[in-house]
Amino acid sequence: MDIIHPLDRYLRTDRLPHIWCPGCGIGIVISAMLRAIDRHISEGHFTQDDVATVSGIGCTARATLYLNFDSAHVIHGRAIPFAIGLKVIKPNLKVIVIGGDGDIAAIGGNHLLHSARRNMDITVIMVNNMVYGMTGGQVAPTTPMKVYTTTTPYGNLEYPLNLIKLVSSLNTNYVARASVTHPHLIERYIYNALSRDGFSFIEVISICPEVFGRHIGFRNPVELFNKLKSMIKFKAKPSIDESDIVWGKEIVLGEYVNEYKSGFIKLLYGS
Amino acid sequence: MRLEYLTGNHAIAEAAIIAGLKFYAGYPITPSTEIFEYLASKLPTKGGVVLQFEDEIASINAVIGASWAGAKAMTATSGPGFSLMVEALSLAIMTETPLVLAYVMRAGPSTGIATKAGQYDVMQVRWAAHGNYELVVYAPWSVQECLDLTIKAFNVSEMLRVPVILLSDATLAHIWERVVIREPPEVSIVNRKKPKVPRDKYKPYEPEEDLVPPMACFGEGYRVLVESLTHDERGYYKATNEVQRRLVWRLVNKVLKNKHLISDSATYLVDDADYVLIAYGSTARSAYALIRELRSKGIKVGLYRPKLLWPLDEEMLINSTIKAKKVFVVENNVGVYVREISRVLRNKEVISIPIIDIEVPTPDEIFEVMKEWI
Amino acid sequence: MIVDRCKECGLCINVCPQKVLERGNEFNIYGYRYVSPKYIEKCVGCRLCEYICPDFAIYVEVDGL
Repeated sequence: MDIIHPLDRYLRTDRLPHIWCPGCGIGIVISAMLRAIDRHISEGHFTQDDVATVSGIGCTARATLYLNFDSAHVIHGRAIPFAIGLKVIKPNLKVIVIGGDGDIAAIGGNHLLHSARRNMDITVIMVNNMVYGMTGGQVAPTTPMKVYTTTTPYGNLEYPLNLIKLVSSLNTNYVARASVTHPHLIERYIYNALSRDGFSFIEVISICPEVFGRHIGFRNPVELFNKLKSMIKFKAKPSIDESDIVWGKEIVLGEYVNEYKSGFIKLLYGS
Repeated sequence: MRLEYLTGNHAIAEAAIIAGLKFYAGYPITPSTEIFEYLASKLPTKGGVVLQFEDEIASINAVIGASWAGAKAMTATSGPGFSLMVEALSLAIMTETPLVLAYVMRAGPSTGIATKAGQYDVMQVRWAAHGNYELVVYAPWSVQECLDLTIKAFNVSEMLRVPVILLSDATLAHIWERVVIREPPEVSIVNRKKPKVPRDKYKPYEPEEDLVPPMACFGEGYRVLVESLTHDERGYYKATNEVQRRLVWRLVNKVLKNKHLISDSATYLVDDADYVLIAYGSTARSAYALIRELRSKGIKVGLYRPKLLWPLDEEMLINSTIKAKKVFVVENNVGVYVREISRVLRNKEVISIPIIDIEVPTPDEIFEVMKEWI
Repeated sequence: MIVDRCKECGLCINVCPQKVLERGNEFNIYGYRYVSPKYIEKCVGCRLCEYICPDFAIYVEVDGL
């Protein structure tokens, strides 16, 4: 494998270029995640062999195919239980679950809320592009109201799920929202999440120009990127009440929950 | 060696600990729950972990994860729970993950009678998961066999890197019997093959001569890739005929070509038998009692009892029925496994005796049907 | 630039505060007109392009650091 890019040592470079469409935000998230991991590794907190990444099915879930860690690309929605199995047997592993909003919030929603309730010592990174990308543009639980998708051809009638509010209501240590328009924040939040025990959840608002962009009239990646950027607002201490996402209005980034309670593993094994 | 008085469910749990179980994940469901409860109290004292999940789907996926972390792992369930688990069962087959699933059958369809027995799910257990595969399924008929076959299930799952199912039922789950418990070195325990090549040369799905790839686990530095997509030896997704054929045939053949290592069945007085009864699980106990009674009356009847239900050992079946004029298949369902028997014994008269009984079909009930044919 | 990884999405050109980058005229092996750092002398090494590139195709090396 050729090592050229500074992050290539964390990638299975023989598999690049990856499958994601031009301008897809997932690559931005993965790149930021790898820099966060690299920082931890260079600071001596853990090694590359200690990192395990797990994903289910979907565009975002394909990330694990390209990562040069112990990785698992399992079935739709079930990355979190697989990750818990890993973590309780090998507690020294840094277990990271990567998935899209369909994988984590729709089919995997039950596992998300119960692992958060347990304060299970894993980090879940949910890339939210507000649509089902891999299957070609169906409505997601995160799709804004009124948006036309291939399965809501008369407009989406359902109010979108606010994952920040949901996960924050549970016994978690860390909940943050980032956006692909601000990659340094993704990196910082993932770094912070990996610095602690217990459950950590990071929602990254992403862009899907090919599918979501097409539905809402922003087919060009740069235009969609700039549209999203215009809605983004960063707050040092955001309130949960302002975490709802309404397309066209403000999307508030920040660390919504930031605690250091004992995680499940410490309760299970003692310190 | 020690003697204990246990239920079938307890015996399964006890055997799992002897086999080296380190992780159990489950969701309570009658009539399997005692396996969970027994392990919840005992396994943590042996360095293992027991977790209750939000559903059966999470349970089996956590078991797969734990297996990839290097632990021997299992779950237990019944019909409705198994229905939820089958997608992940297919994942375990595809990713060659060793695990044991204790399936304690109850009366169905749907919620049925949760506390009562039946053998309705012998076909479901074999065919419910998607894709083509061979599945290893053992069916015990006594508490002793619940113990012995559970240890065997763990050994086979580790040896072949496959999920193995122990198919018990509500009757066996709750009857108490005396059990002889043997622990290593009196009983042999198999552990999965580890890689013999340097880390940079290791491919997670590269088989050895027995078609089974050595298994590196997470955290050992091998950069393993658990892949649910069709994959080559490295675990890389490839959508080609060549890779798909090679993978699917190997997954099937690693079970079929090693069948001699996993096969298990019992026969009773078949050598001179004019009539052979075929039965499995708790129903076989009544068939056995009936044979003893009929023999005392001079009727030459024998029993063939497959312990390895899937894949069926066709050679053993043919040899055990070679002299029989008629073959009877007794089941506590509408007559389903008889199809598999008829497929193999296509030149013989194979008669189905399906008896739906929420306990165990009695010898009299079996004879009631059988007498019309002898 | 690792030209064969570039998918011509243009996000790097969009975020570069110094207007260093430009869509190239040459095609890579996948048929994308990869981005080229045409005005490299204007680069201040902020790495926004490296951070925003979804394809691990562009990175910044700063001399003397």
